[in-house]
Amino acid sequence: MKNFDYVQPRSESEVLELLSPEPGVTSLLAGGTDLVGLMKKMIVTPDRVVDIGDLPELRTIEMDATEQLWIGAGVRLDEFLSSSTTDPYPAVKQAIQGISSIQLQAQGTVGGEILRRPLCWYFRDGHGLLADNGKRIIHGDNRYHAILGNHGPAKFVSASRLAPALVSLGAKVRVVGPDPDQESILPLESLYRTPRDESQREHTLLPNQLLTHVILASDQGDLSAAYEVRHGEGPDAPLAAAAATLQVVAGVIQKARIVLGQVAPIPWISGEAERVCLGHPPDEDTASQAGEAAVAEAMPLSENGYKIQLAKVSVRRAILRAAGSFI
Amino acid sequence: MKKTPSEHYSRRAFLKGSSAAAATSLATNAADSVAQQSATDRVIRGETAIKLDVNGSLREVKVEPRTTLLDVLRYQLDLTGAKPVSLDGSSGASTVLIDGKPIMASTTLALSARGKKIETVESLVGDEVPRAFVEQDAEQCGFCTPGFVVAVRAFLNQNPNATEQQIRLGLNGNICRCGTYANVIQAAVSIAKGGGNG
Amino acid sequence: MAEVKYSWPSRDKSYVLGTSPNRLDGMAKATGTAKYTYDVNLPNQLVVVALGCPHAHCRIKAINASDAESLPGVVKVLVLRPAETEIRTQGELIAAVAAESEAAAREGVSALKVDYEALDVFVDDQDLERAKELERTKRVGGKVELINEPGDDDDEEEFENHEIERLLKESKYVIEGHYGIDVITHCCLEPHGATVQWIGSQLDAYLSTQNVSATDDGFADALEITAADVDIHCEYVGGGFGSKFSPGYWSIAAAQIAKETGRPVKFMLSRDQELKIGGNRPSAFVKVRIGADENGVVQVWDSQHWGTTGYNGSTVTVNPVPYVFYPKNNRRIATGIITNNQPSVAWRAPNHPQACAITQPAYDDLAARMGISSLDVYLRNLRNIAARQTAEVYAEELKLAAKLIDWDGKWHPHGRGPKRGSVVEGLGIGIHTWGGVANSSTCRLKVYPDGGVETFCGTQDIGTGTRTVCAMVVAETFGLPVEAVKVNIGHSTLPESGASGGSTTVGSVAESHRRASQDALAEMKKLVAKKLDVSPDELEVVTGRIQVSGKPDQSLGWKEACGLIGINPIQITSSHKRGDKSPLSNEGVGGVQIAHVAVDTDTGVVKMKKLVAVQDMGLIINPKLAKSQIYGAVIMGIAYSLFEQRINDPASGAFLNAELGDYRLPRLGDIGEIVVELYEPDDQRERGVIGLGEPPVISPGAAISNAVCNATGVRVPVLPLTPKRVLESLQKARG
Repeated sequence: MKNFDYVQPRSESEVLELLSPEPGVTSLLAGGTDLVGLMKKMIVTPDRVVDIGDLPELRTIEMDATEQLWIGAGVRLDEFLSSSTTDPYPAVKQAIQGISSIQLQAQGTVGGEILRRPLCWYFRDGHGLLADNGKRIIHGDNRYHAILGNHGPAKFVSASRLAPALVSLGAKVRVVGPDPDQESILPLESLYRTPRDESQREHTLLPNQLLTHVILASDQGDLSAAYEVRHGEGPDAPLAAAAATLQVVAGVIQKARIVLGQVAPIPWISGEAERVCLGHPPDEDTASQAGEAAVAEAMPLSENGYKIQLAKVSVRRAILRAAGSFI
Repeated sequence: MKKTPSEHYSRRAFLKGSSAAAATSLATNAADSVAQQSATDRVIRGETAIKLDVNGSLREVKVEPRTTLLDVLRYQLDLTGAKPVSLDGSSGASTVLIDGKPIMASTTLALSARGKKIETVESLVGDEVPRAFVEQDAEQCGFCTPGFVVAVRAFLNQNPNATEQQIRLGLNGNICRCGTYANVIQAAVSIAKGGGNG
Repeated sequence: MAEVKYSWPSRDKSYVLGTSPNRLDGMAKATGTAKYTYDVNLPNQLVVVALGCPHAHCRIKAINASDAESLPGVVKVLVLRPAETEIRTQGELIAAVAAESEAAAREGVSALKVDYEALDVFVDDQDLERAKELERTKRVGGKVELINEPGDDDDEEEFENHEIERLLKESKYVIEGHYGIDVITHCCLEPHGATVQWIGSQLDAYLSTQNVSATDDGFADALEITAADVDIHCEYVGGGFGSKFSPGYWSIAAAQIAKETGRPVKFMLSRDQELKIGGNRPSAFVKVRIGADENGVVQVWDSQHWGTTGYNGSTVTVNPVPYVFYPKNNRRIATGIITNNQPSVAWRAPNHPQACAITQPAYDDLAARMGISSLDVYLRNLRNIAARQTAEVYAEELKLAAKLIDWDGKWHPHGRGPKRGSVVEGLGIGIHTWGGVANSSTCRLKVYPDGGVETFCGTQDIGTGTRTVCAMVVAETFGLPVEAVKVNIGHSTLPESGASGGSTTVGSVAESHRRASQDALAEMKKLVAKKLDVSPDELEVVTGRIQVSGKPDQSLGWKEACGLIGINPIQITSSHKRGDKSPLSNEGVGGVQIAHVAVDTDTGVVKMKKLVAVQDMGLIINPKLAKSQIYGAVIMGIAYSLFEQRINDPASGAFLNAELGDYRLPRLGDIGEIVVELYEPDDQRERGVIGLGEPPVISPGAAISNAVCNATGVRVPVLPLTPKRVLESLQKARG
């Protein structure tokens, strides 16, 4: 690792003082499960690491006056899992369970997980986020790369396993900075971006902004579930994933949000799948058609055509699991 | 009850429109500059001596910011139970307990571990978990074994009555190349009071 | 000394043999006190991290180390591959940075400036035609055996072609198959490397090795000293699997850096280097035709296989193909492909897992074609085998395995089993063979006047339980508990013993320790006989005592007997030489495995439900340790059948999945139920000790491939059977 300065801020505003507006100069350290490995491989080489892993104000799970649930970005994955206040959001719990490593669950944070850097093996071998404007991926081995949203040079898939679940639940985030009194509440999906050149990151946060909370809507009785296709047990990245949040009234879907994971550079909200669901019961037919609709525009690369089938199945099974008919 | 940020936010929004805002923000700035002074004072650069609570003793070690807890344990404290297998922590071989939770020392900076209770596999001498590993022959080359022992200890602390099925789903954070999994399962089953009939 | 007759006690007369005492080093491993090479810290040591070449084929044009050398903490940079060297695999080490800490060394590596000239790259070991076009193929071997012989006037090759076609034409069933298995790496969890220091002109090396007695040569030759100047230490090693027989150029470099800096040096490969250059196993892809008669007995085998061992362009040899099943009419040709990858080294049971995986699916496909049970096809074809075990034993083992997996209850014709949602299940069989002869070994044994017993042997315990075997054999001879024997292994200063490879270790130490202890016992008996005023022949060992046969009142306890020794301990050095005939050890085993899998046809995900392994190994010393070996081998088999493979970038040749997050190994939740049956009827036990480490790793590929085919009705040709491959095969079969 390159040597860096280290500091533990004691408050949100201290964090912001310590972050640089220039990209790549400062890094936020939460659980370390992603950042430390990237620093060892010299993919990320900050001059200063700002350790927010133990910042108390980021580690709370609290309900506000309108019954929204505020989850601090520093809340550990196992804390989310074991809390009973998070029971109304099974999609997120299922996504955490899918990570299937007690170490990653104990060490990893919600904020760190949703901002996890892509696992693209070209990126992690130092060839840049776009891997030579996508060329290395097109001509290389792209079996784990994107089938949707891949028209531009970015072909990696978003790495977060919680994001599809959270986005399907309509989660928002609180972001502060660059100044301490600059504060926004945004939909989580607006944090993600498909970069068009190497100067862009895969998320929209400025280098001197801090994600402080994920905010889940109050429990309205919506049904949610996540489904991942995994090669084997353990924490390795799924091959495809989907999360579904449904509002079902009298057996008919009134609202639906279907989000795919591991198939596009950003968590992929499928309006197509949603439209199929509306006004229909959450049954096998609807779920299958939703799956078909979700991948209708998929553009496979040379090696990842199989992911279309897996994405389809993920959508179908997420919907059925949300409805309670697929374990 | 402590105010959540949204309530706080609402209050600020309320204040923004009033003349009190200027005074507030001045005060905020002053507070911030005090904070800034102390935050940058607290920046650690280069080698520094720190104390870590390891296996019940306070140990003095010299670390750089980039020094991982694993480096400290292995190179300075000669606690070589936790093992280096891969840079990204995917093997679980560097698992230690920090404040009772299973954490990978390979992806933990030493400076982050200050003020926490660190327990390595060496502190489990006499514990039922290593004993069960020996009885059930849950080791071969042994390189993954310390990480597994700590992981099993942590898992059983959380799930003392785990069934075999739960055990099979709960110990996937550790990799073994030799193939000791079958006997690791039996070692955990033999301890769990669930009787292992999952 | 009167001639000692070396032998094992019978089953009912054994004290310790056949029991399952705990591994001697189990507690040290489980509490982290066992010290591996990576763990050894020498005072004032430097830590080395090396730069691996990022390109799969290039020429080094220039190396600039000045930035690296000027970094704080960096003490020395040693160039391993100078300018103008041609590098033929990604990962080859170019320069080593020695620093005060691992982090500083790693930073130093990133500061090295190297100019490369890119050269042409080829890594597709499946595309034989393309490789031929590029002139990157080498003939590895060819063999033809035919019952009929050509006439004097016949052209041999023409005759062979004609005869093979004729035999196929006359067959009732002809199966044309394409099967294969990818390159995998050893992926030892403890990487290769050494921690070394010079003590004067003596090199003291802690080496991660499976060959303590003979790796000193490797250092000596390279450093131009003699083996007498080199001591190798390895009490614990974190995996070898065939890749750690020699020091490796990185360990030599460690010694060089230590000499030049005057400081101890630790040089271990990083994880990605370990996968790229620390050892791999060749691939094999086959095109085969078999012809069988109306009973499903294969009469002719005609195959061509190819694959790679890296830039030295070889592949799996022809000898083990076809595997175990061996029709008398056969033709096999092997072609190696030169790819820009590190040359392969021995991997657990070299060539056999691949040979099994490219042979036995053909027999399973034959069963599918005939619509009969694969078990029947296997049993019927036992009349034509080339193996180190008998057809009778294989038949017994198959029947046992079938019972344990409930073959009769669960089998269905290929692709026609019940479906639960999108999940289908199936069964598949693999059978294997191996040698397992005892290696050479010498044991020095001391019996102390106070009753203590100590052994000294330059062998190593790579996780197989060697330490425990040494103690058990001696304990058996003396009627002592296992804890009473102090075992010393893992140093080249101890009497020589063979490398741990080829499943030769248990036999080797069983031989040397039994001989030494029986020889020592002969000395003890003389002393006791004199004391009891009988002849030594009248004495026998019972638990803790040496007595006149059948007369407990005429006996001495062990300690008492040792009290007769005098001032100096009894010291015996006894040896076994590999290849010498001995009643204590033997070679030639079989073994059978049946896999039960579940396949989700919607996702291509294969799950292990159960795998039954029946294994013979001659005389079993410690059943618990033997079972662990088999569990481990089966799990390594699940790994190469369903999970692991080396993935090369087709354009750059880079080893893309060289980190553990991408190089998929099974986790604890992936193994399903594994049932091990140790096959040790009296006639096998009487053969003596035979090695076990390798045989059970051979069959899983065939068994699992066959099970997936039985489940889905579709042959997924190439292992590992990843979800991508299973899906693609299912889709191809449907459309």
